Amino acid sequence: MANFEIVAREDFSDVTYLLEVRHPLMAKAAKPGQFVIVMLHEHGERIPLTIADYDVDKGTITLVIQAVGKTTREMQDACKVGTSLYALVGPMGVPSTIGHARKVVCVGGGLGVAPVYPQARAYKESGAYVIGVVGFRNKDLVFWDDKFRACCDEFIICSDDGSVGIKGLVTLGLEQAIQRHRDIDEVVAIGPMIMMKGCADTTRPYGIKTMVSLNPLMVDGTGMCGGCRVKVGDKVKFACVDGPDFDGHKVDFLDMMTRLRRYSKEERMALDHWNEDKACRMQKAAEAAVNAAMGTESAAKPANESAKKPAAKRARPAKA
Amino acid sequence: MAKKKTIRTIPQERTPMPEQAPAIRAKNFEEVACGYHPDDALRESERCLVCPDQPCVSGCPVGINIPGFIQKINAKDLRGAYDILTQTSLLPAICGRVCPQENQCEGVCTVGESLEAVAIGRLERFVGDTAIREGWANIPYIEKNGFKVGVVGSGPAGMACAADMAKAGCEVTVFEAFHQAGGVLKYGIPDFRLPNTVIDAEIANLIKLGVKFECNTLVGRLFTLEQMISEMGFDAVFVGVGAGYPTTLGIPGDSLNGVLSANELLTRCNLMRARDFPNFDTPQPIGKRVAVVGAGNTAMDATRVSVRLGAEKVYCVYRRSQKEAPARAEELHHATEEGVEFHWLTHPIAILNDGEGKVRGMRCVRMELGEPDESGRRRPVPVPGSEFDFEVDMVVYAIGTNANPIMGQTSGLRLNKWGYIDTDETLATSLAGVFAGGDIVTGAATVIEAMGAGRRAAKSMKAYLGLRDDDAPYDAGADTLFGIDSGERAFVRLKTA
Repeated sequence: MANFEIVAREDFSDVTYLLEVRHPLMAKAAKPGQFVIVMLHEHGERIPLTIADYDVDKGTITLVIQAVGKTTREMQDACKVGTSLYALVGPMGVPSTIGHARKVVCVGGGLGVAPVYPQARAYKESGAYVIGVVGFRNKDLVFWDDKFRACCDEFIICSDDGSVGIKGLVTLGLEQAIQRHRDIDEVVAIGPMIMMKGCADTTRPYGIKTMVSLNPLMVDGTGMCGGCRVKVGDKVKFACVDGPDFDGHKVDFLDMMTRLRRYSKEERMALDHWNEDKACRMQKAAEAAVNAAMGTESAAKPANESAKKPAAKRARPAKA
Repeated sequence: MAKKKTIRTIPQERTPMPEQAPAIRAKNFEEVACGYHPDDALRESERCLVCPDQPCVSGCPVGINIPGFIQKINAKDLRGAYDILTQTSLLPAICGRVCPQENQCEGVCTVGESLEAVAIGRLERFVGDTAIREGWANIPYIEKNGFKVGVVGSGPAGMACAADMAKAGCEVTVFEAFHQAGGVLKYGIPDFRLPNTVIDAEIANLIKLGVKFECNTLVGRLFTLEQMISEMGFDAVFVGVGAGYPTTLGIPGDSLNGVLSANELLTRCNLMRARDFPNFDTPQPIGKRVAVVGAGNTAMDATRVSVRLGAEKVYCVYRRSQKEAPARAEELHHATEEGVEFHWLTHPIAILNDGEGKVRGMRCVRMELGEPDESGRRRPVPVPGSEFDFEVDMVVYAIGTNANPIMGQTSGLRLNKWGYIDTDETLATSLAGVFAGGDIVTGAATVIEAMGAGRRAAKSMKAYLGLRDDDAPYDAGADTLFGIDSGERAFVRLKTA
């Protein structure tokens, strides 16, 4: 199953990390705005992740992930260079329309900086004047600012605590950009739901077209279950095949935010279950390490199983 | 046949199939119907009169030699029965379970005119299961013809088409978007009706035929149909991607938490194993009181899955009466036995919010049947002033699907006004070399109809590629397999030179 091999990894902070996965066909097919669905292992769930970048020459796609729940944390532990994902399917969704807009603002909030980057780059390549607005909670969480800056004519960075750039939310940066340029054709905003809602609210009075990339819960990602349905205007749309990009002024964000919470209890259960399981595995590994140190024969056994290796590695410093 | 059988001399009653008791099976996902014991099969095979006009054969969408295989069972030659079945039916263990036989072969059985029809489906299943248990496979000698055929979608239509094209000597690759092959057989039909082990066994047979399965491949997005023909070297492509895209009623409260499509519920439970959460990562909490809207087979699967996931009360709500319910009689019966409560002539008009975005109930209206509509079914009309509230905390829509838009978005295929793929009577699409069949052409239908379409498309593809049609009936002699004898194989046209 070495189909979807992880060829590079970078850790931006203790909760965000980047994976570069080998998939030459997808690297060729992917376009800005599209996403993939990933399964870590056979017992895993299918989670949607935006394609943050792709490299046709290397035959890889790049995913930027935030460890927020069971699957993303497990991936953070397990996805080392050389390991493989069990399933990876895509590119999914309708590619973003890189239209004829001559002046655009690309807004990325937190992890959303990654998926909005290929759009900013595509706009730049199409000859548009690109204003980048990115926001992070604090300085330590900043990533890809150089990369982003390189494809922008203007770049505004915001942080909640003012540790970098201007102090405040990205909506403040967006407001500044609008004040400076009254001829903005389009705004693209990607990030947490509340941030995209904020951006749509900011641009609404000015009547600037604002595209957002929605991230509802998904199962198959091919339009056959409707788990990702969202209200856009007076219509029900499936984000996986009709989106994920929609007109931010028409999206019913409150409805979406409610629907995002529908499995919160189960999500906590899954995380607790995994944490307990991990603690148990770590204890076993620690015992094995002790046995190994004492030279008993049974010690070699658990270390053979590759799945237990990461746990064993962590166990050692914990004991020291 | 030595002595002449008559309607009087055969066993008068259909041999029952052992089943798990309702109270037990409602708590597990094991198969409900346990299948015939060899003695049962033998007894049931006695009931076939081997009548000369064989109405059953024409009642079968793929024209299985039904009296032939039943006579082999009767002669205790199960391998022989399997050989006859595999001449036409590629997936007997599946079809024997999921075909609506009462409307097909068994519906026209001569015995059925005065007694209960011969249990053809149960016998087919018996042979299919025996073959899986014994590891039988009829792998014909296949002369490669150099043609490359792509099949998009690994559901029943795709599997049937792939098998026929592989037997004809083509190099077949099946592309599946999910991480496991099988389509609706895997994600939709629950294990208690069709165990995944049976599907995997049948897929393993296709792999033995030389069919390649490529999962995690979303055709249309990863590459297009046009690219398959122009760049990837496929000589012909079959599109059997199913309908998907479930519909909602479009009533207030549709988007509340706790409202989901039957497809989502079934996919989470069957394919993603949410029933084993948290050992499997996909969750699917079940409501205390679940209402399933619709009364087709998908609705029955959804009600019965809800029962097994532990719902205290499961209702089936349908706007027409039981007589019009599209589900198989057997499914309705099984659901009733398992405690599902049916509310006929009832239609939801709103889903009620508990104030936190979750379902707390459903507002329904009583219906009565009016004049027949174009389809000949009497149209349900609401009874004024009959609104009432129904306390539920989960609503599952099983009211049908629309065409999945991916193929239309990404290729030049001509679609009809409902978004389904437009084909001619040979199942050829508007793109040269591309054929389509199953739900993506006809809208949601049955497994066997999809298989029939897959085979019909295969026949057209063979004609398109200039291959000899091997569907003509052959006597299964000693050295013929799948109806192709060694002399005939030489006629298979070579692609190059």
